[in-house]
Amino acid sequence: MGKTLAEKILSQKSGSDARSGDIVIARVDLVFAQDTTGPLTIRQFQACNLKRLADPKKTALFLDHAAPSPNRQISNDHRLLRQFAGETGCLIYDVGGGICHQIVAEALAKPGDVIVGADSHTVTAGGLGAFATGMGSSDVAIIFGLGKTWLRVPESIKIMLSGKFSRGVGAKDLILNLIGNIGADGATYKALEFGGDGVKNLTMSQRFTVANMAVEAGAKVGLFPTDGTTRNYLKSQGRIDHYQPMSADNDASYERTINIDLAAVEPLVAKPHNVDNIAPARELKGTKIQQVFIGTCTNGRLEDIAIVAKMLKGKRSHPETRLIVAPASPQVLLAAVQAGYIHTLVKAGAIILPPGCGACLGLHQGVLADGESCLSTANRNFKGRMGSPEAFIYLGSPATAAATALAGEITDPREVA
Amino acid sequence: MLRGRAFKFGDNISTDHITPGRLAHLRSNLPELAKHVMEDADPTFASRVEKGDFIVAGSNFGLGSSREHAPLVIKMAGVSAILAKSVARIFFRNAINLGLPVLICDTDNIDDGDELEVDLGKGTVNDITKSNQLTFGKLPEVMLRILDEGGLVPYIQKYGDFKL
Repeated sequence: MGKTLAEKILSQKSGSDARSGDIVIARVDLVFAQDTTGPLTIRQFQACNLKRLADPKKTALFLDHAAPSPNRQISNDHRLLRQFAGETGCLIYDVGGGICHQIVAEALAKPGDVIVGADSHTVTAGGLGAFATGMGSSDVAIIFGLGKTWLRVPESIKIMLSGKFSRGVGAKDLILNLIGNIGADGATYKALEFGGDGVKNLTMSQRFTVANMAVEAGAKVGLFPTDGTTRNYLKSQGRIDHYQPMSADNDASYERTINIDLAAVEPLVAKPHNVDNIAPARELKGTKIQQVFIGTCTNGRLEDIAIVAKMLKGKRSHPETRLIVAPASPQVLLAAVQAGYIHTLVKAGAIILPPGCGACLGLHQGVLADGESCLSTANRNFKGRMGSPEAFIYLGSPATAAATALAGEITDPREVA
Repeated sequence: MLRGRAFKFGDNISTDHITPGRLAHLRSNLPELAKHVMEDADPTFASRVEKGDFIVAGSNFGLGSSREHAPLVIKMAGVSAILAKSVARIFFRNAINLGLPVLICDTDNIDDGDELEVDLGKGTVNDITKSNQLTFGKLPEVMLRILDEGGLVPYIQKYGDFKL
């Protein structure tokens, strides 16, 4: 019997014949924490008397969730992380250095890696064919010290993609379609493995968007095979030597298979307060939006900003709608400046934030007022997520966000020329 | 044997309900953070919960963030176990890593305020109020051992490595 992508990677990293349901101890190729989970990780590491890192070059800290710090308490947490990096020699990406998952994608993740981050959206690197998953601070602290962890080899659900997106539709609509179909716990403890002819029609940026939200269906990982697109992406990042072909065996066994025709996907929105509460964008016309937020590890990449800039060029965002844009990394920000997108967005009324996560989790820089509604390109719309438990969060694609910013109400991007 | 009252919650209680991002500045001040436990699901929970009580939830409890502070503030509030129809993966692992039992069982017939008795060894929940007994599923061996040691930190202090 052949193996799924998850079984293949975990077999290689555990040195065993790993099959779904097995519990294995796997070597971890990259482990990281960020500024809201890192301080507890360090305290747990110290409590275990684990004095040294297993490998400082495979250990990273990211100061991205509150960047730069909005208050004294978090500044002190940042200081703790900097001190730890100084003492141990681990990698550190300080404030402004970018969202952890974007930096992992650009600079660190390799196909076939096992990656564990103290952040649930670590699954993003599955777009590159890495078994990347989120864990809490205690687990990550132990990996800091031992360089390995225990994992239950997940059953896999195969998502067979075919065709191409139609105009105005993108990766966010695809993953919202899937989550709406299987539910917010439809893949709990399992792997989502993407395949089929449609994969070649997805850019790397789109694969990251899809993998990023695998966790919103409860999945442990969202895995893509690698191909020429993966290779070209790694080449563009100066990392062609990190490429390796990765695919599931043809006779691998899946818990079930779901077929999605990309051409049949339409612009979708997740309504408050659950990610699987899906409706077509066109059915939500008339829903007034006070803030549009474009960015995050889900949709803060150059392609996302390009879509928005092209739709807003020469126009102004609605006077009663704040438009906030946060590029996901310095690389994205610089490329957006060079392409003229930032100029276009500022002329259209946008506020540009430094690379970071703040608004997405209600920490700072875009906290909603009671009763307000936001259309966000992020991955979560839970009650209280963006700072007020009395606010309402709708999730959509960058194109839906741009159309909504122009109209001041939720708008199907196909309505905007 | 664990004994306490049931605090009943519905489906899809996220880590933002338990300890939202807006309180991230309190994550290095745990006693203060714990005062807000479950605030966005039930603002009165923190003042009413007593040592030994249970959180009893529907499906997909603890979905969302990897923040271990979520099970941590629940444990600090004195909750002795979480009973739910299903639990999100990262939260499940985090709770066990802190020595907080998570019991998967059909919670539909447990009501808010019911007096419960849990036998972790036997795998039973006795709803004293309703004279009703439930069983819960067994944890994987590796998680049982971590739970037996009181969490992952004491487990690693004792063994220095994972023992499968």
